[in-house]
Amino acid sequence: MKLPEINLYLIAPEIILSVFGFLVLLLDVFSAKEGKKGYLAILSLIGVVIAFFFTLPLMGSTQTGFEGMFISDGFSLFFKVLFLMIAFLTLLISMGYAHREGIELGEYYALILFATLGMMLMAAGSHLITIFLGLETMSISIYILAGIIQEDRRSTEAALKYFLLGAFATGFLLYGMALIYGATGSFYLKDVASHIASKNLLRNPMLLMSLVFLTIGFGFKIAAVPFHMWTPDVYEGAPTSITAFMATGVKAAGFAALIRVFFSALPAFRPDWTMIMWVIALATMTLGNIIAISQTNIKRMLAYSSIAHAGYILVAFVAGNDLGTSGILFYLMAYAFMNLGAFSCIILLGKKGEENTLLSDYSGIGFKYPLLAASMTIFLLSMAGIPPLGGFMAKFYVFSAAVKSKFYWLVILGVLNSAISVYYYLRVTVLMYFRESEREITGLQFSPASVIALILAVIGTLYMGIFPSNVLTFAQRSIAGLM
Amino acid sequence: MFMSILGIPILSFLIFFPLLGAVVLLFIDKQKLETLRVVTLLLTLVEFFVSLPLFFIFNSKIGEMQFVEDYWWVQSYGISYKLGIDGISLLLVLLTTFLTVLCILSSWKAIEHRVKEFMISFLLLETGMVGALVALDLILFYVFWEIMLIPMYLLIGVWGSPERRVYAAVKFFLFTMAGSVLMLVAILVLYFIGAKTTGQGTFDVLELYKLGIPVETQYWLFGAFALAFAIKVPMFPFHTWLPDAHAEAPTAGSVILAGVLLKMGTYGFIRFAIPLFPKAALDLLPLVCALALIGIIYGALVSMMQPDLKRLVAFSSVSHLGYVMLGMFAFNMQGVQGSIYQMLNHGISTGSLFLIVGMVYERRHTRMISEFGGLSKVMPVFAIFFMIVTLSSIGLPGTNGFVGEFLILLGAFQSNVVYGVLAASGVILGAAYMLWMFQRVMFGKVTNPKNEKLKDLSPREITVLVPMVILIFLMGIYPKLFFSKMDVTVEKFLKDFKGKVEMKADAPQPKVTAELKK
Repeated sequence: MKLPEINLYLIAPEIILSVFGFLVLLLDVFSAKEGKKGYLAILSLIGVVIAFFFTLPLMGSTQTGFEGMFISDGFSLFFKVLFLMIAFLTLLISMGYAHREGIELGEYYALILFATLGMMLMAAGSHLITIFLGLETMSISIYILAGIIQEDRRSTEAALKYFLLGAFATGFLLYGMALIYGATGSFYLKDVASHIASKNLLRNPMLLMSLVFLTIGFGFKIAAVPFHMWTPDVYEGAPTSITAFMATGVKAAGFAALIRVFFSALPAFRPDWTMIMWVIALATMTLGNIIAISQTNIKRMLAYSSIAHAGYILVAFVAGNDLGTSGILFYLMAYAFMNLGAFSCIILLGKKGEENTLLSDYSGIGFKYPLLAASMTIFLLSMAGIPPLGGFMAKFYVFSAAVKSKFYWLVILGVLNSAISVYYYLRVTVLMYFRESEREITGLQFSPASVIALILAVIGTLYMGIFPSNVLTFAQRSIAGLM
Repeated sequence: MFMSILGIPILSFLIFFPLLGAVVLLFIDKQKLETLRVVTLLLTLVEFFVSLPLFFIFNSKIGEMQFVEDYWWVQSYGISYKLGIDGISLLLVLLTTFLTVLCILSSWKAIEHRVKEFMISFLLLETGMVGALVALDLILFYVFWEIMLIPMYLLIGVWGSPERRVYAAVKFFLFTMAGSVLMLVAILVLYFIGAKTTGQGTFDVLELYKLGIPVETQYWLFGAFALAFAIKVPMFPFHTWLPDAHAEAPTAGSVILAGVLLKMGTYGFIRFAIPLFPKAALDLLPLVCALALIGIIYGALVSMMQPDLKRLVAFSSVSHLGYVMLGMFAFNMQGVQGSIYQMLNHGISTGSLFLIVGMVYERRHTRMISEFGGLSKVMPVFAIFFMIVTLSSIGLPGTNGFVGEFLILLGAFQSNVVYGVLAASGVILGAAYMLWMFQRVMFGKVTNPKNEKLKDLSPREITVLVPMVILIFLMGIYPKLFFSKMDVTVEKFLKDFKGKVEMKADAPQPKVTAELKK
């Protein structure tokens, strides 16, 4: 019997995150009473930064480990950088917020680290079980985080709803994976692909079923229509910092796994899933945008907007060329900056017992909190795809990929959707700048950490819009081995 | 040939100087209104005086782009930061920097609250306008084209008249946005056509001019570009945002909207839509001319019926821009030159009209024609300026309007007599609504007691109007000064156009060579 090869160096970032997660849990037990746990957040931040520095040296080479169950290639490393960045910003946003809302618990920070770990595994899995384990690690952490404000009924409802539907979707996913195993006899993505090619399994009913189940499972995680029903309620009810984390991190992880599985294991079925995804992309964009128009709560509005963004990203997925895949990576990064930024604006505008998440609360803040409103405007315009912001470049790459593959109608419908979306993003700016405030929002305490997160997000959004070259080159290099 | 200021090439300087100015304003206390105004005025004056030498250094014997700057922006995608001006954009850039100064000067008293934000928006708008006029890369152009939207949206929405400003601002934004996203798709399609034929994708307009695109595809692409530009011009039936935006915007906003932003539409046709898709432009000529003629006559008729001074001027813009489009699509020397000249004229005459309406509004806080009457007795100096501007707008010989309209009509008659006849009838209507309006506002007895004690123009207001009047006469009496700058450019435009139309679309393409960039 051969011992499995073990290369701990490959999973150093993951190990560091787990160690810091446990360390936070441990220290939490020994630390004093509530209200003095800010240092746990700082410890988590340090963990993320160290993990980041252990990710960097892995760049530039493709290595597999653990009997090929784990792969460290450009694609997974890009996502690891992205997830660590998202975790970093989420932790920064959380520091003031968690303290304010009384959820500054050790497990809060530890779970963020564990969820990040799960995301990283999802991106780095070259074996269906690895991907599934990553997905579960992430999901279970997020279920708890969504409901961590125990006194708040909406938070609990969000957690329960997310858990029930999420478990159901996971079931589909697992069933899909089992069917793949049944048809091809392997969990390794590469082996699955070669089996399908060599045994000509293109019309195998089990595989076709698994295609559908996988689409459902991943569609749930990325909040694609018609598997999006949970999104608005969960985004609204969950703590705002966690909503930001879900909208960026979970979505990105879902896309990472979706791309990995479909492009590596099931490329032979491209004509089939292109057709399904074409419809899903269009439905996701259109439904997200149209329902977002009628929202009165900004968190719900951003929930529907995040559905719409999943639709734009799926346009690039449908395109299926290397432009599209690097476009997806670019999009997810730009989206992370602008969305985390927007949510940190929402957090900064709230205070204990007064969340101020109704759109009408934004009336007149444009001249009262000029910098906050200006940042919010930047994020919203970026989401609307107005140059020279990151969101524009992201949409530009995504749509150009689809034009290249000649999906003209999808692109035209996509840009028209983007024009529709301008309406509801603009409405927030209308309220902020053109209307007088209906009631005074006073006594806001700007937590320094959230402000830093906000500044970083502004810089990121502008940088990706004005100097997109570097990130784009990074994204293009990252997908080299994948396509 | 190359000119730079403090080591920065002049066109880049013109784009980014207002942006820098906006950053400077951020650090000025918002309570110090006077300082904010003076600093902004100085910034725009510097901008204007930096742009002015372009007029004299510009080599009018060359039809090619001048003052070209060319760097990569996103190299892997073939997006470049490429700037340059020819005889057409030269004049429009000068118009922009010139009007911006007057706009700031005219907002001295009119803008009392949120002065700092107003000035910042205006400077950002100037960056967008200059950028869009000098950009020679489609993506760069698109970026500046969209950047213009946001400050203008804020100008209308924050400082507009209270009743319907939000509606007007959102309508303005959505109309323009809806048109431009389709243009973006067309730009992408064009990029991939270029990449396929030449092996190297580029967004450089000058390179893309050389492509021979199948006629069938040209129709689609021209349609997408033309829609974006037609909304901006605005051509009938896409003009409905214009009266709202104009009526609600503050004076300076209306001036810059009429003076420069509308020109972006016509400029877009002449720089992008026509040279890129010449065959489609030629084939769709009857449609464009018909819409232009409808615009001329419809705009004039609606103007005549407007009870509101500002809406009257706004609809007159629809009519005037119809002439610009008609002249351009005559595709002969007179028509195109007249069209470009009329773009400048409209900026000056209609800009002045908006300034004048603004001055009346500041005194009476109403724009209803019925509220006025007999103002010439109360405000004699004002009456003189108003008269000159009105006559220029009608196109009286000796003023700038005459030269432009005359050339356009000449061009239109040469291309199609019916177009000429119909357009000429628009001139009569134009005289009718303007003179009627002038008579109702200025002549007769002072019927409304509120008008008896109105103050005549202040020295500041005279300072705003005098440069306009000087230009009105200068352009009317000595047009050669301006035509000499654009002669060669227009000749080249027409030569290229005719060359491409006659060339068969499926003929072998000249291999495009990508130049080595810095």
